[in-house]
Amino acid sequence: MTKNDSKQIDQAGTKMMQTIREIVRGDRDIFPPFLYEAYKSTIRRAPRMGLVDVPLTISELTGPGPLISAVTPEDADLTRNASQGAEAIGQRIIVTGQVLDEYGGPIPHTLVEVWQANASGRYIHHRDDWPGPLDPNFIGVGRCLTDANGVYRFQTIRPGAYPWKNHQNAWRPAHIHFSVFGQSWLSRLVTQMYFEDDPLFFQDPIFNSVPTEDARHRLIARYDHEVSSPEWALGWRWNIVLKGPQATPFENNREVQK
Amino acid sequence: MTRQPLTASQTVGPFFHDGLLCAELHRNTLAPAEAVGDRVRIEGRVLDGDGQVVPDALIEIWQADHQGHYHHSGTDDLPLDIAFNGFGRTGTDAAGAYWFETIKPGRVAFDENTLQSPHICVAVLARGLLNHLYTRIYFADDPANAEDPVLRRVPVERQRTLLAQPDSEGGAGVVYRFDIVLQGAGETVFFNI
Ligand SMILES: [Fe+3]
Repeated sequence: MTKNDSKQIDQAGTKMMQTIREIVRGDRDIFPPFLYEAYKSTIRRAPRMGLVDVPLTISELTGPGPLISAVTPEDADLTRNASQGAEAIGQRIIVTGQVLDEYGGPIPHTLVEVWQANASGRYIHHRDDWPGPLDPNFIGVGRCLTDANGVYRFQTIRPGAYPWKNHQNAWRPAHIHFSVFGQSWLSRLVTQMYFEDDPLFFQDPIFNSVPTEDARHRLIARYDHEVSSPEWALGWRWNIVLKGPQATPFENNREVQK
Repeated sequence: MTRQPLTASQTVGPFFHDGLLCAELHRNTLAPAEAVGDRVRIEGRVLDGDGQVVPDALIEIWQADHQGHYHHSGTDDLPLDIAFNGFGRTGTDAAGAYWFETIKPGRVAFDENTLQSPHICVAVLARGLLNHLYTRIYFADDPANAEDPVLRRVPVERQRTLLAQPDSEGGAGVVYRFDIVLQGAGETVFFNI
């Protein structure tokens, strides 16, 4: 960073403070509560004292998103990135969509990280020991950057449902874990994408911790025939909307566009 | 432009390690030899409401460089291999412990007339956390804490939960301890961001 750039940020810091009021805090009505007793792990881990309101500062309105770009095209193909020379077993799918800010602007060149169980519902993880078969050709990890239009795209296999011990006969609906940075510290999001018509939603406390029907609906990918690739893979579409404006105010010294 | 409804958060779950902590993405040493500033090591544990260690938490940090500047830009033409980029990510081990080696950040602007006290932004994720938690690490021995505009918004009796304590064992001003208590007595202050 040159001396000049540093000076630019100092000046912009002032401008930033003027725009803070326009940035809406995370909409707690659509986020899960911390304590959701049906999901037992929340009981001893959820904070009980309430979040403290503080002013947003340049610390929250900057973020590491634009810094992390160490990805190769192979990282986005989970059917082959186990590097064992053969393809993962399962229904081949393409999962794609846009990463957007809360004003609908696409977030370009941002890192999207995913991890998922294999077709039988098993993770390669020392703590996942239920008797679902492992697939040596599937590690279940991928990442990509969004393109100039905020579009991400993965090729993978459809994950299986898996059992857990939260309640009697508990099964997680099939899902892909997503991690996205966006442009600022406040836009950080880790969530899960589900598949429409999954029969297991009714008994899943993690999915149902999201308080509104609309917000739950937005976690579900839709089958999209346009995305399907002939004689190759089925297509699923799912968009992600992050907190905050896409541009922080000091980028190119522009005002935030609303 | 119309507001878009946000995508809700879900827990990171217990199986994130291969996805988020593979070799390229596990960053608990933030300051290479050529980075400028005072070296500090942050060490701590994550604890639950029973005082039990949390062995499956993911901790991310974001901080300014020694001058109080964030390496943030929306432009793609700035070089990204700068010596200090301010982002760290690690997991807790079987004893619930984590560490970062970094430099002490400088003071970041709050507004035209005010500086913040040196701090490190922290995000905590874990199985059982349906949303990630935001907090901040301040350095207990920094006199600027008294005038920090964010810290002053925190109830006085809870402010100490945000203060990393210098560890005399590790050498003065080098090792700081910062435990994160998710729930109960001494619960860490988490921010509504
Ligand atoms: Fe999972």
